[in-house]
Amino acid sequence: MGQFFKLADLGAIAPELELILWGMGILIADLIIKDKKKLGIVAIVGLFVSGIFLFRLNGVEATAYGGLLVIDQFANFFKLIFLVAATLAIAISMKYLDIERENHGEYYALILFATMGMMFMAGAVDLVTMYISLETMAIATYVLVGFLRSSQRSNEASLKYFLLGAFSSGILLYGMSLLYGISGSTRFIDIAEALSRRPLNDPISLMAMITLSAGMFFKIAAVPFHQWTPDAYEGAPTSITAYMSVAVKAASFAMMVRVFMVAIYPMRPHWVAIMAAVSVMTMTVGNIAAITQSNIKRLLAYSSISHAGYVLIGLIAGNQTGLIAVAIYLLIYTFTNLGAWAVVVALKRRDVIGEHIDEMSGLFFKNPVAAILMLIFLLSLAGIPPTAGFIGKFYLFASAIETGHNTLAVIAVLNAAISIYFYLRIVVAMFMREPNEKTELTYSPALLTVLAVAFIVTMFIGIYPDPFISMARLAIPAGF
Amino acid sequence: MNLLDLIWMIPLFPAVGFVINGIFGKKLPKPAVAVIASGAVLVSFLMAAGAVYQLSQRPVEERSHNVAVYHWIDGGSAHTMSGDVERFAVDWGFLLDPLSSVMVLVVTGIGFLIHVYSAGYMYEEDGFYRFFAYMNLFMFSMLTLVLGNNYVMMFVGWEGVGLCSYLLIGYYFLKRSAGDAAKKAFIVNRVGDWGFSIGIFMVFMTVGSLEFTTVAERFHEGAAAGHFHAGDTWLVVMALALFVGATGKSAQVPLYVWLPDAMEGPTPVSALIHAATMVTAGVYMVARSNFIFQLAPQAMAVVAVIGALTALMAATIGIVQNDIKRVLAYSTVSQLGYMFLALGVGAFAAGVFHLMTHAFFKALLFLCSGSVIHALHHEQDLRNMGGLKDKIPVTFWTMTIGTLAIAGTPGLAGFFSKDEILWQAFSSSHGHILLWLIGAIVAGITSFYMFRLLFMTFFGEYRGGKAHHHDDHGHGAHAIHESPKAMTIPLMILAAGSLLAGYVGMPKWLSSGGSSFEHWLEPVFEPVPGVAAEVAHYGEGVEIGMAAVSVAVALIGFFIAYTTYYRKSDRAERVSAQFKGLYTAMLNKYYIDELYDWLFVNRAKDGGRFLWRFDSKIVDGVVNGSAATTVQSALGSGWWDRWIVDGLVRFTGGLIKTASWPVRLIETGYTQNYALVMVLGLLVLGGYLLWGTP
Repeated sequence: MGQFFKLADLGAIAPELELILWGMGILIADLIIKDKKKLGIVAIVGLFVSGIFLFRLNGVEATAYGGLLVIDQFANFFKLIFLVAATLAIAISMKYLDIERENHGEYYALILFATMGMMFMAGAVDLVTMYISLETMAIATYVLVGFLRSSQRSNEASLKYFLLGAFSSGILLYGMSLLYGISGSTRFIDIAEALSRRPLNDPISLMAMITLSAGMFFKIAAVPFHQWTPDAYEGAPTSITAYMSVAVKAASFAMMVRVFMVAIYPMRPHWVAIMAAVSVMTMTVGNIAAITQSNIKRLLAYSSISHAGYVLIGLIAGNQTGLIAVAIYLLIYTFTNLGAWAVVVALKRRDVIGEHIDEMSGLFFKNPVAAILMLIFLLSLAGIPPTAGFIGKFYLFASAIETGHNTLAVIAVLNAAISIYFYLRIVVAMFMREPNEKTELTYSPALLTVLAVAFIVTMFIGIYPDPFISMARLAIPAGF
Repeated sequence: MNLLDLIWMIPLFPAVGFVINGIFGKKLPKPAVAVIASGAVLVSFLMAAGAVYQLSQRPVEERSHNVAVYHWIDGGSAHTMSGDVERFAVDWGFLLDPLSSVMVLVVTGIGFLIHVYSAGYMYEEDGFYRFFAYMNLFMFSMLTLVLGNNYVMMFVGWEGVGLCSYLLIGYYFLKRSAGDAAKKAFIVNRVGDWGFSIGIFMVFMTVGSLEFTTVAERFHEGAAAGHFHAGDTWLVVMALALFVGATGKSAQVPLYVWLPDAMEGPTPVSALIHAATMVTAGVYMVARSNFIFQLAPQAMAVVAVIGALTALMAATIGIVQNDIKRVLAYSTVSQLGYMFLALGVGAFAAGVFHLMTHAFFKALLFLCSGSVIHALHHEQDLRNMGGLKDKIPVTFWTMTIGTLAIAGTPGLAGFFSKDEILWQAFSSSHGHILLWLIGAIVAGITSFYMFRLLFMTFFGEYRGGKAHHHDDHGHGAHAIHESPKAMTIPLMILAAGSLLAGYVGMPKWLSSGGSSFEHWLEPVFEPVPGVAAEVAHYGEGVEIGMAAVSVAVALIGFFIAYTTYYRKSDRAERVSAQFKGLYTAMLNKYYIDELYDWLFVNRAKDGGRFLWRFDSKIVDGVVNGSAATTVQSALGSGWWDRWIVDGLVRFTGGLIKTASWPVRLIETGYTQNYALVMVLGLLVLGGYLLWGTP
């Protein structure tokens, strides 16, 4: 094992380290700076600096801290997603928090800390690192969900999320302790080795796998561990909902890929069966429940549940195409979903809640550009070409067919068809109903930038996916 | 400069024009909009012309230039029928070969003239910028269609032109008939697109590629190696599936019904999309897939028969129409039938040749009719025209040239191409004397209805003004004047084309080397090995005799029109009274629309009504027993069609609604309930494994 701490290891975690320091700096600056929007800009700069450090690690393959953490293209790919998501989320927050009268420096610091936790999650190859980074992310998120202190809904959402999160962490830890008991190590590779020496139907291994999976499924909001999602998403500040629905989900999937494809890979026949059932339930329940929602935040919450179901397909396929699909889907989903949420954020005004589907009525006539952008994001979520969402779904479903999961692919396609129904409900409201006096948007330059970036990337990947596919292919070498 | 490597830029200029006019057009002055739109097409034309010139400088066997811009779709691996594993990979790539050269020049060249014409024709219209934005989008799609180097790109362009066609037919969207016509075109084309996409899947399954040159190569090699035999059921089905696509886009029986209605669009649209370019996409697609059709002689026979049938049917309907544009629309359907007749008898080059000459004279005829309509302030009824010969002389003379060309006057474009088709229908090994006979009769009818149109429009007395409905204009015969230069100059250029375009494809008995057009296309239409192609053994005398017959038939058509409509006899009334049944049937387009309404539209409406009921319930969010009741009554009602069409839909709807109920039920908002569900879920997962594993 050698020396545990080497100075060179600091370089390996430079992007994360920078975020910690920057976040602390923001907390201090919060005491001095009165205009909190400036802190948002400072936070974005911090994310960019972290991005520069990340860029310097491009192509590096290394193990740090005696095997607790790895630096590889896979981790870098996901870290990039987190940084992008955090940047976009902060950009849509600044004006929104002003309207909610809750613009405080902690908000930006917490986002940086959560992002830092996610970045460690993507690189964790050890149960302890994984768990600590997971909780770092989760605790920061709990606080962010309850950030609207004067709003009862927000407080309730935060408490629910926290309680259930703690509950699921308990289940997760149970599984982890069993794995440690089996292998005597917390390293993923050692665990895999120990599991492969035991019989496939070993009850202890099975127990460990099930509880571990259940904890993971909670994080990605898979059915039946999804129920916190609509409540938390609805109550949280909309900008945080946007951030959670993409970044937390992506981080959890990054962690899942490492756990399922490395640590408990020997149990694959079993977890594939469980995951297939969960995937089908998640897609179906998410889409069907979304049909009856009239609150846009709840509707998009259920939509994000169903998307987790789609992404699981990539893990079920488990081949290179499948994992590439997971990575590319999450990248696309980050931009598309943040774009859609940005429009919802823009609906919020001081006197208007801006969440009911009616408040989108006739948006096209009042604000054609926003309506058309929303249309494109929704089409992308539904997976209709030439938007990026189509490319993502195409790869996911193709991977299912490649590995012979034809039934799963058919169910997924049917689900995608159902989802078009409720996405189009929003479109119908925007384009085919009379505008009412509530249909107004509040813009800020930052929000407009987010919309533009999300739009450009959504269309670009849809028309010219090649560079992004190659990027994902680099992140996931054959035989991951 | 090597323009051949830059062919990917050709569709890009109209795309840029579309973006500029689409976003900023509303604020730009009208001349700027027109210049941007037409200029973009002109640049494309010049580039295309340069590239085609460079292609023609190459030796014959190198006249096929592929440019792959990037990997567009990189799908998973799939098993082909031969058991090989092939990646489903599609490039965003372009192909310039003799066939696409012809298409790209026709599309950009005639497209440019029509853009210029539109600047004059549409000047007074609202949404001028919208018109040009759509037109440029159309050009982009059409160029993608003809230049794409694989079936998927062709399909993208195919759908794109369909969309633009829909948007432009419905350009006057405040008019209900225009909206209906747009929808009809779109929906009818869906049927064709379904066939086309099935065909594409079958092509990939058969040879594991969709790139034209590779597909052609593999079919040729496969046939040479004996993997494919002419007449294999699979190949026939594939060819027919592709042909279904062609019948939709190119308005052939039974899917031709949308094209006459498409005349609701502005006249330049009819000229560009519904005469010269888009509707020929089906011809292009079949010609492009000629190797598949060669291997499927039964499908070829179907193509030929459908082509001949369409030609005859549409021509007879054209006789009795009184709307100037509808006459031309049926004429277009009929001429497209000729092209398919040519393809069906294996004369691919002749079909493409007619495509090219037809593009000239039919675009000319449409634009002339537009000029007439423009002069008469939106009067389209032939019965209210007449005597316009001296009032709009340029239009008159150019339209006369167009009419002479389409009627098959020796020396003009239509003569060479139509004659080639008739000759091939007679002499080719796939041909038949009956096909030739129908073709010849249609030539006579064509000549008749075209001269009828010409006489009714330009000769005799002006019949408008008396019983005039447009009170707001209040113009008489004196208010009629010739169209502006922007409109007449394109007419003259197209007239020149109609006079001369035929000389590139002169038959053997007129030029020693035979048709140079045919030679140019030869590399694309190479015969597939192993397919017996008997060479016809007829003397030149027979060929000349045949040509004489078709000229004679055209002359007969002309004389009947002359004596009936120029000399003002009452023959038209007498004949229509005598054959009242046939006349009414023709006037009502053989009741095909009514038949389709009854067969499909009303059935679909039934389905729609059920969906609407279902929908209104969902939207209201009323989750109660009504869903179950309606499902029950639907199942119990015993209506056969409702069972099949809607039972399934309603069942699914009811199922989804019922399923959403428990989901909502457990979404209580109580944290402890959520935790309970999680524990239950965990137990279910555990239980599954305990029972699921031995």
